[in-house]
Amino acid sequence: MKQPSMRRKILRTFLRNRTSIIGACISMAMLSIAILAPWISPYDPLRQNVYYRLTPPERSHPLGTDEYGRDVLSRIFAGARISFIVGMASMAFGMIIGTAMGMIGGYAGGKLETALMRILDILMSFPDEVFGVMVMIVLGPGLENVIIAITVLMIPRFARMGHAPTLAIKEVDYIASAKSIGASDSRIIIRHILPNIFGEILVMGTLWLGTAIRLEASLSFLGVGVPPPTPTLGNMVRVGVDFLAVAPWVSVFAGLAILISIFGFNLLGDGLRDITDPKLYAR
Amino acid sequence: MIAYTIRRVLIAIPTLLIVLTITFVLIRIAPGDPAEVRLGDYASKEAVEALRREMGLDKSMWSQYLDTLNGLLQGNFGRSMVNGRPISQDLRRSLPYTVELTLVGIIFGAVFGIPTGVYTALKRNTLADYMGRTLSLGGLSFPTFYLGILLMLAFAIKIPMFPVVGGGDIHNLRSNLYHLFLPGLTLGLIMTAYVTRMARSSVLNILNEDYVRTARAKGLTERKVIYVHLLRNALLPIIALIGVYSIVLIGGSVMVEIVFSRPGLGKMMIGALKQRDYTTLQAVMITFTSFVILINLITDLTYGLIDPRVRYK
Repeated sequence: MKQPSMRRKILRTFLRNRTSIIGACISMAMLSIAILAPWISPYDPLRQNVYYRLTPPERSHPLGTDEYGRDVLSRIFAGARISFIVGMASMAFGMIIGTAMGMIGGYAGGKLETALMRILDILMSFPDEVFGVMVMIVLGPGLENVIIAITVLMIPRFARMGHAPTLAIKEVDYIASAKSIGASDSRIIIRHILPNIFGEILVMGTLWLGTAIRLEASLSFLGVGVPPPTPTLGNMVRVGVDFLAVAPWVSVFAGLAILISIFGFNLLGDGLRDITDPKLYAR
Repeated sequence: MIAYTIRRVLIAIPTLLIVLTITFVLIRIAPGDPAEVRLGDYASKEAVEALRREMGLDKSMWSQYLDTLNGLLQGNFGRSMVNGRPISQDLRRSLPYTVELTLVGIIFGAVFGIPTGVYTALKRNTLADYMGRTLSLGGLSFPTFYLGILLMLAFAIKIPMFPVVGGGDIHNLRSNLYHLFLPGLTLGLIMTAYVTRMARSSVLNILNEDYVRTARAKGLTERKVIYVHLLRNALLPIIALIGVYSIVLIGGSVMVEIVFSRPGLGKMMIGALKQRDYTTLQAVMITFTSFVILINLITDLTYGLIDPRVRYK
């Protein structure tokens, strides 16, 4: 097999970084839109206008209007805001709770660990959409409840991420040394084990932020997310399907916003994973 | 191998039981119940109470649970709490639509995903590789329902080649395939993205193995190295991961069925959830879980056919 030349290696690293740079740009752009939505929206996303029902994209409404004459672009801005609030909050809560559970389980070992991991395995054997809908039906609609439901879906993933490395790291000598000088269990977990896996968890967190946004969209598409009149991207796609033949722009643009947001985080996370994974550099 | 299969089936029983229990409890603590749904918003309290008694919902949770288990042990899913039909009858009608959809999805994904993944791994860091990787990452980013809607818009509405919604007549091959095409394509493309990625990384892992270097060192042609030494070993983790992604497959099939209004299990499940049809939901969840367990068992058994080192103990 030919060894790659130095130039190719540099090119490769650059291209890898480029993926994450493009991903970072897309994510930042979508994030800015989500944050600035109330100030940059051309219209009030809830304002109805019967004279402009299902208007195709034109100068005054660049992405057209929906069946109540509401501006699609403004609604996408507002919907992106909900997507990012739900995505980031549920990813962050899932990361904190899940990683803690995985690390404590892995560190403590014994029956607690077995029971915990078994329950998480079974939770993961439900398809995300199915379990998400079940949790939403129990909790009822609402922004906080969507965040709770997606957090519940995120916890097992992060728990697994925190669990396996903890099992390996707790056998290492410096943990034994820390123990011998009297470090408490919580200190060992936070100061000695967490720093080892933190980078990896942040990278996966970026990828799963995309997953969380996709789940929010799927739940609102199924009609169990944040309820109307609050605009959500998934709900816009769903309602737009009824007018797909006459006004495809509602569904198409709302869906495109979902796709771009997820793609941005996936590119970023994928690039970061390549850069931070030393094994891949060896290749 | 038979003993192994039997043991695997036995291990599945507790899993099914836990899934049933979680479903049973969650749907019952959800607000609303099938009696209210069936009688509507304006029904009198007495009427709702009477229907609840008739459905056995006035009994304690525990005795309802025992009744459910008892029915299941006799192979009886009971009757739907909303339309009153035997659930097994509805399941028999819905199951073929979901089975054919998921089969198409998994086969499409394997047929297009494995060669693309292998090719991009062998040509890594070329333009073809970057294009393949970006496309598969794009596929992973696509919400299933959005891809379905785009394909519907393009090939059913703008160019009316295929039907917009419905599942067709399952007994009529032509009508069946005609209705299966777009949903199958949607799920197949999503699965292709997943399979491409894992096939690529699985080949990349094996490229560094000693036996590949040995094969090259002893002067085998690149063709032989790839087909004889590389592919056979790379297929193993790929098949294992197809089993892992059966969850993604099932979740995707639910969304596809909703988008295209296919009368399959996913549509049955979402309907049962919204109408609080306790018994139907339990039956559908058990069917789905059995389906996942079955796919995993088949992938594990396929292992042995490909890799003679695997022995089933």
